[in-house]
Amino acid sequence: MVSSKKLKIALVGNPNSGKSSLFNYLTGLNQKIGNFPGVTVEKKSGFCLLPENTPAEIIDLPGTYSIYPRSLDEEIVAEVLLDHNSATTPDKVVVTVDATNVKRGFLLLSQIIDMGLPTILALNMMDLAAKAGINYDLNAMSKKLGIPVVPINARNGVGLDALKKELSKTQAASEHPINPVLKELQNPIKELRGKLGIDNDYEAYQFLEQPKTLKFLGKEKQKVVDNIRDKYEYFPGKFQGAETIQRYSYIQNLLNDVTLKTSDHSWKKNSARLDSILLHKVWGYVIFFSILFLIFQSIFAWAQVPMDFIDTAFAKLSSYLISALPSGPFSSLLAEGIVPGIGGILIFIPQIAILFAFISILEESGYMARVVFMMDKVMRKFGLNGKSVVPLMSGVACAIPAIMAARTIDNWKERTITILVTPLMSCSARLPVFTILIALIVPNQKALGFFNLQGLALMGLYLLGFLAAMGSAAVIKLLIRVKERSYLIMELPTYRIPKWSNVGYTIVEKTKAFVFEAGKIILAISVILWVLASYGPGDALEKAEAKVLEESKNLRLTEEGLANRIAAYKLEHSYAGIIGKGIEPIIRPLGYDWKIGIALITSFAAREVFVGTIATIYSIGTVSDSDTATIQERLRTEINPETGGPRFTPAVGFSLLVFYTFAMQCMSTLAIVYRETKGWKWPLIQLTYMTALAYFSALLVYQLLS
Amino acid sequence: MSGRIKNVAEMRPGEVAIVSGFTDEQLSVKLMEMGCLPGTVVRFNFTAPFGDPICISISGYELSLRLEEASTISIIN
Repeated sequence: MVSSKKLKIALVGNPNSGKSSLFNYLTGLNQKIGNFPGVTVEKKSGFCLLPENTPAEIIDLPGTYSIYPRSLDEEIVAEVLLDHNSATTPDKVVVTVDATNVKRGFLLLSQIIDMGLPTILALNMMDLAAKAGINYDLNAMSKKLGIPVVPINARNGVGLDALKKELSKTQAASEHPINPVLKELQNPIKELRGKLGIDNDYEAYQFLEQPKTLKFLGKEKQKVVDNIRDKYEYFPGKFQGAETIQRYSYIQNLLNDVTLKTSDHSWKKNSARLDSILLHKVWGYVIFFSILFLIFQSIFAWAQVPMDFIDTAFAKLSSYLISALPSGPFSSLLAEGIVPGIGGILIFIPQIAILFAFISILEESGYMARVVFMMDKVMRKFGLNGKSVVPLMSGVACAIPAIMAARTIDNWKERTITILVTPLMSCSARLPVFTILIALIVPNQKALGFFNLQGLALMGLYLLGFLAAMGSAAVIKLLIRVKERSYLIMELPTYRIPKWSNVGYTIVEKTKAFVFEAGKIILAISVILWVLASYGPGDALEKAEAKVLEESKNLRLTEEGLANRIAAYKLEHSYAGIIGKGIEPIIRPLGYDWKIGIALITSFAAREVFVGTIATIYSIGTVSDSDTATIQERLRTEINPETGGPRFTPAVGFSLLVFYTFAMQCMSTLAIVYRETKGWKWPLIQLTYMTALAYFSALLVYQLLS
Repeated sequence: MSGRIKNVAEMRPGEVAIVSGFTDEQLSVKLMEMGCLPGTVVRFNFTAPFGDPICISISGYELSLRLEEASTISIIN
């Protein structure tokens, strides 16, 4: 193996410059998601072996248009690139620039070069540039910029060997800044460099220009920066405009010298033609809603088979373990607690994979930006932003990444509202709850020949969640009073055929994040649940069998009937039963009993635990060799002792469906909102309003239907 | 010809003009960063279905922005 330390390489570039394709190509499946120390931004990094056995860590930084951040996500770029003396300082920076759109990409490139880290330009999409008839003198370009220039095509890997070779070479930072700092700034910069020992002028200048405090500086150094700002009457962003104009004029001169042939834009004709259909007044919306409909129908149709398979397989495994292992507390923990718990996590994978496949295709193709474009005017009425569409749509998969995706919204109020209402969008964790309850109370029939009734009910719930989200947004908009500019200013990228391997990487990344992050909580809760449901205070549980035998000795029960009675008795006297009974008076008006109460309490950890809980509750004592009944069958046969009819009547079912559509039943979401809003104020407001909405809506539904 | 300076929001689809300046300093920094600079050619492409936002071509690519943002970009044509 290699002994030298890992080379750290940061990837930077404009959004849509093919940065993630390059990252995926360089690292393959050796990717991991971590956190930058001290900040909440996700750190996506991966491992790559460069020529001559040089190991390298590739760090994928968020896409940005300049070193001046416009959103929270972009702040990390400045944080990483300006901190030159820490463990996370990159040894090299690769800037990806779209060869068909060089001018804008070079603004960021020129700023990065001036920050004084060894920089390489990866000129991407050379195939498109060739198609568009664009041609550059790359040698001249490299000489003028003072850095290596490598032409690549990150979609098919052309040029990546050359890039890797270039990365493995030793390279010093460019010594000549592209854009020397303004004359009037030389004094404060000299003073700052003297006091803090900063490597170069532009780096020091950025210390003064960055809008927020740089976290790596620490209090003392930040104070030095603030003092110099005061002394020279300097405020962040003061010279940004002047700097941008200077840099663009440099870039224009450079491009005049190195451009052999420019494009005539005719290559964009197809994209423009597509826009005239996809953004049409009528067809645009018809197509958008058809795509949404297709996504829901596919999740329901395609995920069902693998989900049933996982469900049955784990039921079988559980009963096999019971018969194969010697009986004892450990065996039953494994067979009734851990195995069903793992099954409860894996069952989500089909849905998450299908949903992120669609979202990723929409983003890769450039259509997602059109969705923002079409929806901006409507969304603004509700205090949201066109960009809120992406978090809201991702919220259909999981509120956690969705709330993190709200970082792209630069306006504080719009971002806060988006965060507050996103959990009302029905996430995939609600799907198992919905699926099971719908299957219980909605007949599996076709309406109008081809609409599946169950599918329609599911879509209705998604619609309900969406309407609640928009309604809440409109109300919150009136309650939050802040004057802050809101703006859009967004690139509409040229349409492209999605790169399928990127879609694949997204699916793997999201599934992994779910299984290992949310999965941990789900498994832990499943085990805690099992303990709560299997043990109780005192010796009530040990005596259960004797007690039930005594009570029912005149009833002539079958062996099975007796076992069920014992199980029910045990559950009723377990810790879980006690808690469930405790909240029964509160939930009785909604039509729920204490068993559902237990599920409500435990599913606060995560909604899908509802299914796990009722599975555990109804499986305790009933799993045997011959009995591999699925959760659904068990629910269907559950009897309401008061009426003698089924427990899950349509009124109870719909009441539960509405409750789960609105309730903030997810610890992880609260945790992420706390992290994203930096305090408990917003998560608590969110918990309160969503729980109230859920409770009263479920109450109304039950009272109307029963 | 009135003496009033025209802006991008008043352009019609297909119209081409040259950016001459900005009326909002805060926004101008963001617009310039995106390649919308005084002296560059701007082409008004189309509006969103409800008339807002709009799509323009600038510095070799397509940019979308709201009408109120577009109205801060002065033009000569």
